[in-house]
Amino acid sequence: MKVSRRRFILSSALVGGGVLIGYSATRPSKHRLANNELAKGGEHYVTSFLKIDPDNQVTIYVPHAEMGQGVHTSLAMMAADEMDADWEKVRIEQAPAIDLFANGDLIKGFAGEAGVPSFLMGLVNVSATKIAEIGNLQITGGSSSVRFTGDTAMRTAGAAARQMLIECAAQRWNVPADECTASLSYVMHSGSEQSLTYGELASDAALLEPTTEPTLKDRSQFNIMGKAISRNDIPAKVDGTAPYGLDYHSDDMLYAAIRMAPVFGTKLVSVDASAALSRRGVKRVVELEDSVAVVANSYWRAKEALKLVKTEFETSENDSISSADIAARFDAELASSNGSKDFEQGDTDDAIAGAADTIEASYRVPYLSHAPMEPMNCTVHFHDGKADLWTSTQDALGIRGRVAKIGGLDENDVTHHFSYVGGGFGRRLPFTWNVIDHATLIAKEFDVPVKTVLSREDDMQQDYYRPAVHSNFKAGFDSYGNIAAWHNRFTGPIQVAGAAFIPYDIKNQSIRVVDGETHVPIAAWRSVDHSQQTFFTESFVDEIAHRTGINPYQFRMNLLLRHPRHRKVLEVAAEAAGYGQNLPEGHALGLAVQESFGSICAEVAEVSIGDDGQPIVHKVTAAIDCGWAVNPDTVEAQVESGIIFGLTAALYGEITIENGRVAQNNFPDYEMVRMADVPEIEVHIVESGEALGGLGEPATPPIAAAVTNGLYILTGKRVRDLPIRKHDFSKPASLAAV
Amino acid sequence: MAKFKVNGVEHELDIEPEMPLLWAIRDELGMTGTKFGCGIASCGACTVHVNSSAVRSCVLPVSAVEGQDITTIEGLAFAANAAGTSGINDNSAPNITAVQQAWIDHQVPQCGYCQSGMIMAVSSFLASNPNPSDADIDAGITNVCRCGSYPRVRKAIHSLAIA
Ligand code: FES
Ligand code: FES
Repeated sequence: MKVSRRRFILSSALVGGGVLIGYSATRPSKHRLANNELAKGGEHYVTSFLKIDPDNQVTIYVPHAEMGQGVHTSLAMMAADEMDADWEKVRIEQAPAIDLFANGDLIKGFAGEAGVPSFLMGLVNVSATKIAEIGNLQITGGSSSVRFTGDTAMRTAGAAARQMLIECAAQRWNVPADECTASLSYVMHSGSEQSLTYGELASDAALLEPTTEPTLKDRSQFNIMGKAISRNDIPAKVDGTAPYGLDYHSDDMLYAAIRMAPVFGTKLVSVDASAALSRRGVKRVVELEDSVAVVANSYWRAKEALKLVKTEFETSENDSISSADIAARFDAELASSNGSKDFEQGDTDDAIAGAADTIEASYRVPYLSHAPMEPMNCTVHFHDGKADLWTSTQDALGIRGRVAKIGGLDENDVTHHFSYVGGGFGRRLPFTWNVIDHATLIAKEFDVPVKTVLSREDDMQQDYYRPAVHSNFKAGFDSYGNIAAWHNRFTGPIQVAGAAFIPYDIKNQSIRVVDGETHVPIAAWRSVDHSQQTFFTESFVDEIAHRTGINPYQFRMNLLLRHPRHRKVLEVAAEAAGYGQNLPEGHALGLAVQESFGSICAEVAEVSIGDDGQPIVHKVTAAIDCGWAVNPDTVEAQVESGIIFGLTAALYGEITIENGRVAQNNFPDYEMVRMADVPEIEVHIVESGEALGGLGEPATPPIAAAVTNGLYILTGKRVRDLPIRKHDFSKPASLAAV
Repeated sequence: MAKFKVNGVEHELDIEPEMPLLWAIRDELGMTGTKFGCGIASCGACTVHVNSSAVRSCVLPVSAVEGQDITTIEGLAFAANAAGTSGINDNSAPNITAVQQAWIDHQVPQCGYCQSGMIMAVSSFLASNPNPSDADIDAGITNVCRCGSYPRVRKAIHSLAIA
């Protein structure tokens, strides 16, 4: 396969020998910086994804954050395979946060798919012109790393390297390049039985004019991609040495504990810090517009002293708002407004009026917090007109820019230091700036590093939440399972286009969104709108199926004739789960399917009711079509992870608003799925060979509906609002007809 | 003065007796393998061993560990080698234990942030119950992993079982 457009392949000699080969989607002249950063004084403009040293060491620079999704390894696999490197000799490093690594391909990939990079929350009314601004971000989100960066940039850079090394060897041996082959970091010429290592060729390769049209491998030629390769980040994660943002430590550093305005959007009015200031280790109390921070020589001392600070925040019209008010407002909005178009086709009203049967249902889901395991934190050290920055982030470049802006520095004077990310899930994307902004302003008052930490309670109450959504449905159908009309109104805002769309063959559809704006800040949450919308659409389809008396699996299959990939994953998951076969007494299977981020995932949940009246999820069988699998073990891990993340939300997740503020504090009142709740999970990878799909998110959306659809079969009780634990299943209504 | 041993090294710290052990380890000693997750003994990210039993250090005041032996993730292999319980039987002084090796073999960690605590909890759990059933694991391992590495934690534990 030839790379379709002319790509910018760049190469540069390295001081001390070796070569740096990179790829750029934009003009090389912008990439002066990389030269300094990576080539340490080399002479050419380079954008760099990989480096070959004279000792035959290959280093692959990955421009994305490692949050546990295995992206460092997967992306390096893609480059290493294309260049035929010896995987044992490959070193993986995260690329430094410099302009060079702005995710050009990521932005373009999303622009093609949805018009807007969907996970960039806070840009709810984003216009196309914003994309240009966004273009300067080094983002890890939208399940995009492997499918965009990997499939274009990493593979292209790797293929270019292989071609240049072969070219170089051919010149040295004075033989035609097409008689030479590459394998395991060697170039060989079979006729003359000569071979050279990549390291031996690297310095000469730097003198070649870079290849302009590297040829990528066919899947049949892969040696590394497609294999379950161990992740390179794991050894450091079992012995405590993996650095996270929260782990930065220096002997002279200070720590800040912060109290933010409990009602979103209000300001600090007055502070009495006298008692705190006399506490041991306390250095200063810093007042910010919306918060107050105690800075001390240990986080615990800062946090203890903060308890003694008396604060008054301004009152606001939101002070009395509760979740019930928000729900009432959503319902009123849905009753009175026709909203704006999400998708329209045919004449839905007409079709419903003429339908043999109709059905209506209303669903709702609450706000959710991200609760990544590593509490939010940011350490900034201002010194000599520059700043050093340590924070776990899904967007190192964006964070660097933000700290520069808030701290009044030039971006190039801010250095972001690498760390692993202790969970992202959308909390560590751009526009969820709260800890970053605060940490920068606090640290600006000191000349030593200051680490600002949000406690678990702080983060739970000062997150940017998954939006609460209400969704109302009407459908007209007949007893043969034909749905003539699908009518859906839900509260917005829409964060990712198409999440409420359905794959089912329905002639008349009207899907519209009404205003759901509240004072509660919102952001992308793993799988963005898909987690809510899939619960709604896959529940409602199930309701229609039961009303027609056709089993929910067959019902879906009948309406998916134009979606063979959906049919395939449903079929694989259902068959593997034993759908239609005898189950243990008191067990039932529920299913759901959804396409998101370029992958299609079907899940079948086997459920029963425990003695306490609470549901038990015994097993989840998933089938995912992500095109093809770069690293099958990582695919499985991401599907397991996505299911458990979605199951926590389905069973337990609920952030409520009382008196304008978040009522939950910590894990006991925002409970997580733990070992005892975890079902057996079986993952089937369906390789359609289509374009690569995302993996970090697509397994999260279907699980809630899969579980509640199963509970309906079991108990006759239809769960239309989450979380499930609010419902009592101890007295079965009446057994459902199917 | 608080006095206790961490990974075999005696420390004497001029800190408040009520300072939780977690913060003494992280901020005073600068050892960051032990993690802060919730601060209320709910998640287990801060699990260390005190005289070889697992405790959640975020709520344990240093006054309660006066004179005791504390092991953190950084010292787990060292402590196991010293006690002859690393589970790795090749005469080397391995720098990881069999539990840690199982974590690599089963590719358990995702973001990895919970795993120090998870490994500390599992190590002490297996020491007292070397061949646990699924129900034992459910009851005995209550740490939170937001990434959902649980199925692999379970597999790794079973792979370590001594029949
Ligand atoms: S931090 Fe100690 S149990 Fe969560
Ligand atoms: S691996 Fe991320 S929290 Fe457990």
